[in-house]
Amino acid sequence: MKKIVKLIDLDCANCAAKIENAIQKIDGVEKASVSFMTQKMTIEAPEGRMDAILQEAKKLIHKLEPDVTVQL
Amino acid sequence: MTRKQKKQLTRIFLAAAIYAAALILPLTGAVQVALFLVGYVAAGGDIVLKAAKNISHGQVFDENFLMTVATIGALLLGEYSEGIAVMLFYQVGEWFQSYAVSKSRQSISSLMDIRPDYANVERDGQLVQVDPEEVAVGDSIMVKPGERIPLDGVVLTGTSTIDTSALTGESVPREVLEGDEVISGCINQSGMLTIRVSKEFGESTVAKILDLVENSSSKKSKSENFITKFARYYTPAVVVAAAVLAVVPPLMMGGSFLPWIQRALTFLVISCPCALVISIPLSFFGGIGGASKCGILIKGSNYLEALAQVTTVVFDKTGTLTQGSFEVTAIHPEHATEQELLGLAALVESYSDHPISLSLKKAWGKELDSSALSQVEEIAGHGVVATVGGKRVAAGNCKLMAKLGVQGARDCELAGTAVHVAVDGVYQGHIIISDVVKPDAKEAITALKRNGVRKTVMLTGDAEAVGKSVAQNLGLDEYHAELLPGDKVDELEKLLRQKGKGENLAFVGDGINDAPVLTRADVGIAMGGLGSDAAIEAADIVLMDDKPSKIATAIRISRKTLGIVRQNIVFALGVKAIVLLLGALGYASMWAAVFADVGVSVIAILNAIRALSVKEYK
Repeated sequence: MKKIVKLIDLDCANCAAKIENAIQKIDGVEKASVSFMTQKMTIEAPEGRMDAILQEAKKLIHKLEPDVTVQL
Repeated sequence: MTRKQKKQLTRIFLAAAIYAAALILPLTGAVQVALFLVGYVAAGGDIVLKAAKNISHGQVFDENFLMTVATIGALLLGEYSEGIAVMLFYQVGEWFQSYAVSKSRQSISSLMDIRPDYANVERDGQLVQVDPEEVAVGDSIMVKPGERIPLDGVVLTGTSTIDTSALTGESVPREVLEGDEVISGCINQSGMLTIRVSKEFGESTVAKILDLVENSSSKKSKSENFITKFARYYTPAVVVAAAVLAVVPPLMMGGSFLPWIQRALTFLVISCPCALVISIPLSFFGGIGGASKCGILIKGSNYLEALAQVTTVVFDKTGTLTQGSFEVTAIHPEHATEQELLGLAALVESYSDHPISLSLKKAWGKELDSSALSQVEEIAGHGVVATVGGKRVAAGNCKLMAKLGVQGARDCELAGTAVHVAVDGVYQGHIIISDVVKPDAKEAITALKRNGVRKTVMLTGDAEAVGKSVAQNLGLDEYHAELLPGDKVDELEKLLRQKGKGENLAFVGDGINDAPVLTRADVGIAMGGLGSDAAIEAADIVLMDDKPSKIATAIRISRKTLGIVRQNIVFALGVKAIVLLLGALGYASMWAAVFADVGVSVIAILNAIRALSVKEYK
């Protein structure tokens, strides 16, 4: 399934790339893409794993960019 | 400006004031140093903090860390003025980036501000506003002048003009009457309309378009992927180079470490890839946004990139280059006037609902006196015979004429369907009915040629003669007629093999039974996408109105965007490379490095914003 989350205050393009890279490495993620311009992240993952992945993604993003708020 | 931006700006001014004071006031020694340090903390305290935080997370080589090392290094070397200035300019650059990006985000979201807020529904005799999502198919909604049409539907009562510009880029308003279909997202301009809803909100045009636009940025172009990959290696590489520069030359050649450390710090200032990383997606986003201003929806920056390399454009005929509706295109009477022949044919055919009869009626345009008509006899696959004013009138194809033994009927030199007319067995002439070429089709082909498209091809299921006439009329390079839907894919495969390396092929269709071809082409373009689900699904690019001339516009926008992207890559990398080189040789000061970092970012961003402007195409 596909899920789109909003990344509020995503201000730097390089950070977007870093986040994208890190999320892609989470176990179970089929595809992850962060759009710096629309401040949105698209994650594709199996339905059963999605919730766990989103939680992990939230933690990762907080670690990488404490300024960014993840809105599910 | 967001709150964060305002706060940053205040800080920048404060730091600049302290910096200026430290320079201008007649201070010396420890007092001046102290003031410089206060200025440094005001300018870059947050950067140092972030760097420290990130290191504790195991993230070392980010731009915060690099700026911290470079500036603190400068301070330690006693270059207080440089240290603060670099930090200050870095912050100015960051602020400008953030401002420019949020500006262009805003301009694009206002562009896509087509989401209707409410729908007017009558409940218990009262007009109430409800969420468009609550309205069901078959419900009636009211749209007042000035309001946005919230859901797709059919006009029950009322006439008005509607502004479709937000969807199609077309500035001339469209007139709607009772029974006309209207699509959501348009603005009702003059009269009150009552509309019977035909699609629920999630399925309506406006919801589909918003969904498409929101998803468009998840498909990234090769250039974007290249840059993010490049950025990942660039920063560590520059840092390593800086370390080597600080240590190796003095060890090898002897002498002081000091000048080499200074050079190394200059390196660190240039090591941030921000200019590139920010300006490339900004350009693509601007290009996609600009295109949607013109009524061209592009589903991802990868398609925008592919479009710029299109050298072959393949068209479907019906509905793409032609209107897809039949019209009378020629009247060739033998004895009577054109009007008399047309009137007779229209009258005889008036009982039928066949597209040919309808186009005859439409061409006649006046009331038909059907009381004069009797003994109507329809002969399937041939035509109609009826009695008008005591005479037997026959209207139909050559076969009908042959069957009735009428002499003189022959094939017309014009392409299309001929309706022959005979009265009491005497041939009266024929009327040619054919699909009409769209008014801008010829211009579309010329514009494509002018914009570097080398080959234009038409694929059609229609007869050879029809295909040939349309192709010649429009100046197409090739046409392939009498194709079954499966044959179209085969023809496309052939054309795909013929094109050169690094060249792309675009297929343009109306999305009706050409979905496989749309998917197979490098770039699938669907036209008149409004309302056609299949087209929106299968295509990479959707033209909101059905003008083929928009294809050339789309190609021009894509070329311009790609041009900007290339300029930015070359410019940013070029300046950085030169300053790195000069820095290593000791010719570039920290000031030059700040320009290579911040100055280049600002220029690249300003250049990227150009992609959004499409005035010249409208």
